[in-house]
Amino acid sequence: MFEHFFANPGTILMGGVTGFLFGFLLQKGGVTRYNVIVGQFLLKDFTVLKIMLTAVIVGSVGIYGMRTLGLDINLHVKTAALLGNALGGLIFGAGMAVLGYCPGTAVAAMGEGSRHAIAGVLGMLVGAGLFAESFPWIKNRILSVGDLGKVTFADLTGYSPWWFIAGLLIAGVIGLTALERWEKNNRS
Amino acid sequence: MISILKKARWSPYAVGAGIGVLSWVTFALMNKALGVSTTMVRAAGAVEGLVSEAHIRSNPYFIKYLGTMDKPLPVIEWQFALVVMLVLGAFCASWLSSTRLRETVPDLWKWRFGPSRWVRFAGAFLAGIVVIFGARLAGGCTSGHGISGGLQLAVSSWIFFLCLFAAGIVTAWLLYGKGGQDHV
Repeated sequence: MFEHFFANPGTILMGGVTGFLFGFLLQKGGVTRYNVIVGQFLLKDFTVLKIMLTAVIVGSVGIYGMRTLGLDINLHVKTAALLGNALGGLIFGAGMAVLGYCPGTAVAAMGEGSRHAIAGVLGMLVGAGLFAESFPWIKNRILSVGDLGKVTFADLTGYSPWWFIAGLLIAGVIGLTALERWEKNNRS
Repeated sequence: MISILKKARWSPYAVGAGIGVLSWVTFALMNKALGVSTTMVRAAGAVEGLVSEAHIRSNPYFIKYLGTMDKPLPVIEWQFALVVMLVLGAFCASWLSSTRLRETVPDLWKWRFGPSRWVRFAGAFLAGIVVIFGARLAGGCTSGHGISGGLQLAVSSWIFFLCLFAAGIVTAWLLYGKGGQDHV
């Protein structure tokens, strides 16, 4: 167990730096707070949506931009096992509304000092163990249903990814501008 | 520069753009995508492994992430270090702006379920189990699916993301209703 416990130091260092910056950003964004996360689900506070949508748009332009420019950048797409993705998302969302955090923000919330986030993270460790123990049962019954492989919308349709990115960008700018106006009117 | 770091909240668009740029760096320089929930599997496996290594070396899910007896994979790797350092990053961010939050029971929860910290801890613990179970069933969490998968235009991630939001909204309204809006 403990012979190969650590990856090489360079890998660990890079992960650590990434985590530090990610945690810093999450806290400055306010999403390490229960109120902000549950406020999103109660449609009162749209911080989560604004951060995620901006991250996805900026990220996609950069990653696909570098690939289009010919840089050798691998994608890391997760398997589309439709039943598992949908059911997992539903279970995750229900749990997140009660917990008030997702895994990353719960860990970051511990850093900010929130005590109840510690109980949530302990629950996550137990949940990971329970999932691993039930995996043999789940694998054939759920994860094999609607398995399309590791596909993107570009793969699935045959269109260039830039059509989707352009669509996302336009929808994002219009949607977020409308949201800001609506928030401004509701406050006054 | 220092005054920016001391500011309590940044614009959500600046934070989102920062996370987007951070993912350019992880993809381009580290050949990795931001993610968190797999680390919970590695950590749980390491703890179970302390009790019985043979057990985790025969479980197909742990084998995926921690390897077999003959070919073990590291527990403390890139993402594990990321998750550990999330704590320090958020600590420094809140410390710089003097906005450390020593919350035990959030106001909204108190309004709905009472002030007991043990009720809240129990609720958070059980919800933590549910959250990670859902994440592993779907193949990722808000970071791995929501952000990393979303930006790659992954079919799996967009399905996860939409289902997450739908279930989150329904659950929050069932639990707290319209009155909850006044407590967040």
